Amino acid sequence: MPDTRSFMIGAPILEVSNVSLSFGGVRAITDTSFKVLQHEIKAIIGPNGAGKSSLLNCINGIYRPQEGSIWFKGKSLQKITPNAIAREGISRTFQNLALFRRMSVLDNILVGRKLHMNAHFLAVAFQMPSAREEERLNVERCEEIIEFLEITDIRDTPVGKLPYGLQKKVELGRALATEAEVLLLDEPMAGMNVEEKREMCRFILKVNEELGTTIVLIEHDMGVVMDISDNVVVLDYGKVIGDGPPDDIRNNQKVIDAYLGVAHD
Amino acid sequence: MKSTPVFMSYTRGDLLNLLVLMVLGFVLIPFVVPTDYWYSSILIPWLCLSLAAIGQQIVMGYAGQLALGAAGFMAAGAFALFNLELRLPFLGFPVNLVLSGLVAAAFGVLFGLPSLRVRGIYLMVATLASQFFIIWMIDKFGWFKNYDTSGIITAQDIVIFGREFTAPLEMYLVVLVVVTILTILAINMTRGSTGRNWMAVRDMDIAAESMGISLLKTKLQAFAISAFFCGVAGALFAFTYLKSMEPVAFDIKLSFRILFMVILGGLGTISGAFIGAAFILLFPVVLNTLGNEIFHGMVDATIISSIELVVFGVLIILFMIYEPLGMAKLWENIKARINSRRGAETSMKQNRKAD
Repeated sequence: MPDTRSFMIGAPILEVSNVSLSFGGVRAITDTSFKVLQHEIKAIIGPNGAGKSSLLNCINGIYRPQEGSIWFKGKSLQKITPNAIAREGISRTFQNLALFRRMSVLDNILVGRKLHMNAHFLAVAFQMPSAREEERLNVERCEEIIEFLEITDIRDTPVGKLPYGLQKKVELGRALATEAEVLLLDEPMAGMNVEEKREMCRFILKVNEELGTTIVLIEHDMGVVMDISDNVVVLDYGKVIGDGPPDDIRNNQKVIDAYLGVAHD
Repeated sequence: MKSTPVFMSYTRGDLLNLLVLMVLGFVLIPFVVPTDYWYSSILIPWLCLSLAAIGQQIVMGYAGQLALGAAGFMAAGAFALFNLELRLPFLGFPVNLVLSGLVAAAFGVLFGLPSLRVRGIYLMVATLASQFFIIWMIDKFGWFKNYDTSGIITAQDIVIFGREFTAPLEMYLVVLVVVTILTILAINMTRGSTGRNWMAVRDMDIAAESMGISLLKTKLQAFAISAFFCGVAGALFAFTYLKSMEPVAFDIKLSFRILFMVILGGLGTISGAFIGAAFILLFPVVLNTLGNEIFHGMVDATIISSIELVVFGVLIILFMIYEPLGMAKLWENIKARINSRRGAETSMKQNRKAD
């Protein structure tokens, strides 16, 4: 990775410690621990059903782990709702796209600005100067993001009408708009062609380098993962089987076994 | 591209629309429409029900909460205004009207609580409670009707700053002013951050929550504002159209009519509330006139009213299948088609010139 970043990787910012999650009798995550360092790009990889998305959902507060704890900047994220976790500075995208389908691209990204927009509904209803000023500033900010992602021409299109690759971009834009310190990206490149993947990688790297945003991403494309991430954690059957820089992971016997399968003889 | 705003956040087109509608409502109609019948039987109820439909639109079309019970909130507003005018007449009609909306809003918050646990058709059933509870409460406790035993309570006259508004045209203007103001407020909210939060909750609540939107606050806010609109609408409905206070006027049938207005008019549009209300209100009138004029009474009135229900049912099914966004969307599509055809024609002409 070229070292053009203006933020050096620092101390742990997010800590998952001994987290276990089960649905009824099915264990999705078992006693999982790892750390995410400030300003790094951390990839979570693993075969299907390894518990990657469940883990993101735990960090984000959608699921509540039965055991263990998750710490963000020294604060426990247990027992707080997704919107409170968003307030703490963690934003995300979803595996199967969770956009506001009937709203325009601009409005979708504007929702990402929610935490920066506090106008009272009466101020909005009466179009008070404060509300108008807030709207103007945040629209401006979103226009910048739209320009950055090179989607200016679809600004006013309802997202439900956009092709998949563009929707993924819009979702990234919405997450960026929050200006969160940590972005959780759940398979940001799934279903994309090589061209689109390369573009998406460029955006992710740029965000990390220029804004210093810490990024946790789930990805299946090994090429991409090894290229862009600083550290990789590997899950298999809800357990961590490897954690370290891409080169170590590549040579980790357990990881190779999990991906290629072991001959039982 | 969105056109740029010229005044506050409104575009030239917005202001033009507003101007045309204002001239139409405040100048043209009062000059052109002579009969009281039109004011008291068509225009006043249309405006009142449109306002209630905006309320339904906010909670259902924008916030995506399937609520059924608009008439209950209307009753709350109507009886709140009756009691406020009776007991606190010194506050004046405008203040009391706002207060009666706030009373309805309080009920809105209360009956919006189930939306935090259940959704869809189950929420619809849960919100029916408001419909039955509010009507039951008014009937049960005599205080709300000022212990009137006659069963028919006349609504007080509307007096604003010492001037009485009792003629149909005067009452129409009062209603029009209120509806205009509240419609503008509703449009502002739906276009601003408030409405965006509602729509985000409607389209994908988990994502909305992950962006920092509190579902609790947003849903209850939508219920409260929706009930406020319904409450004011109900108060105006009772004071200018019914001119009497009767809980039966606000039964579940009215709730369903308001629901149909929103569905036929178009979910998620303010104009849809007005279009839907006009359709639901005028359609029976048109059908009746047709029955009388064309068939000269050969068709029984009861058959006509049954036909009305059948046609409504069919229309709702058709809209659900072919245009879930309702008549407002249909109108948009027609406009877009005309515009694109015109655009194509001009570009063809230009091409020909170029040749």
